[in-house]
Amino acid sequence: MSSKILKIFVFVGCLFIASVANASEKECFEKVSRGIFKFNQGFDNVILEPLAKGYNKLPEPVRNGTGNFTSNIATLLSIPNHVLQGEFKMAGHATGSFLINTTVGILGLGNPASAMGLKNQKEDVGQTLGTYGVGGGCYFVLPILGPTTVRDTVGMVGDNLVDPFARVTWHEKEIKNISGTKVDYVGVRAATAIDFRGDNMTNFESLEKNSIDLYAATKSLYLQNRDKKINNSSESDDDDWGNLDN
Amino acid sequence: MKKLFFLIISVFLISKIAFAVTYNSDPKIFITELVEDAIKTLGDKSITKQEKDQFIEKIAKENVDIKGIGLYTLGKIRKDLDEKTMSEYQDLFEKYFLKSLTSRLTDYSDQKFKVVESTQKNAKYTIVHSKIEESSAQPEIKIDWRVYTKNPQKPLIRDLIVEGLSLAKTQKEEFASILNSNDMDINALLNKLKEFVSS
Repeated sequence: MSSKILKIFVFVGCLFIASVANASEKECFEKVSRGIFKFNQGFDNVILEPLAKGYNKLPEPVRNGTGNFTSNIATLLSIPNHVLQGEFKMAGHATGSFLINTTVGILGLGNPASAMGLKNQKEDVGQTLGTYGVGGGCYFVLPILGPTTVRDTVGMVGDNLVDPFARVTWHEKEIKNISGTKVDYVGVRAATAIDFRGDNMTNFESLEKNSIDLYAATKSLYLQNRDKKINNSSESDDDDWGNLDN
Repeated sequence: MKKLFFLIISVFLISKIAFAVTYNSDPKIFITELVEDAIKTLGDKSITKQEKDQFIEKIAKENVDIKGIGLYTLGKIRKDLDEKTMSEYQDLFEKYFLKSLTSRLTDYSDQKFKVVESTQKNAKYTIVHSKIEESSAQPEIKIDWRVYTKNPQKPLIRDLIVEGLSLAKTQKEEFASILNSNDMDINALLNKLKEFVSS
């Protein structure tokens, strides 16, 4: 049943992406997105930011442990995506990292794999589609989940099907006697968001303080970040620099 | 004796802030010297916030191509502006840039910085690759500097790319969004900049 849903999802997803791929980086419905962006800012001010501030007051080992734990769980999604992208060496690194951190690192609370030189680069289905040459399609903002593109939204649904952690928790499918519930899934996702928000407290404040159009700045940073992750490169280039003296 | 000591210290600090510091013309050494100088001054707890602001403004005016960044962030519309409007924009952009920069940098906390290597893109641009080293509070952060080398004797910074995110490109897209939602009316952007500068 689930493989049927997966096939339908991939087919519909590909059709949808193909139909909008040319609209790369354009807005689908900017006014609606700006409205949702404002709602998300309100959500951040009232819920996420206060939680992240409280979280940042916790002892450093607790915060590091939380960051390591959520990052280790995210590795489960990275492994199949490394394989789908043909990056077998990175898939090996990610698998080794997950096994070592889950066992030696006590359920992922520690990160001994990093000290052993194992790289743990995060990958998702959106990035995999990007490496296959699928354009982002139009940009929009989702409530709570934030900035995205058509490709990345399709990817997000794909993540939920490919990710073994989501299979066990959200879909409540038992794998090798490991079971979980939707509450576990939501709990880990919430912890990931709070950890990320807490780590970037100063960056968010600075961006908010120094932007004259915060929506546009956030959009630019999101799209640049996705490009960087898809190309696995931190190089940034723009032809307009060359035209400046003309 | 105590008074004399404070006098000497004050003269030293004022001279450091007031006089131009010339850095090496090799882009890699230029960035190394500039950042080391900035870290030393911004990390000095005996210097007031106002003095730090003055220091940042001074080194930015001397070593960052603020005019070039202003033109870049304006996008293609820069070719359509008359001299008077362009001059007003450049003036506002400089104030905006410096205000935004000082706000970002004065809260600098002790971080270890290292220049790794440089890549010459062409005669006009060299990218200097650097990193802020990993600490218990944060992972390693890669920072690339786009250095404008049209005048090889006086390199100037044109962009900072933090973990692949270009600050100039972000700024450019922010300005483009304001222009696009106001029928490419430059006055809308000028008003936004005025609001920011006077806030």
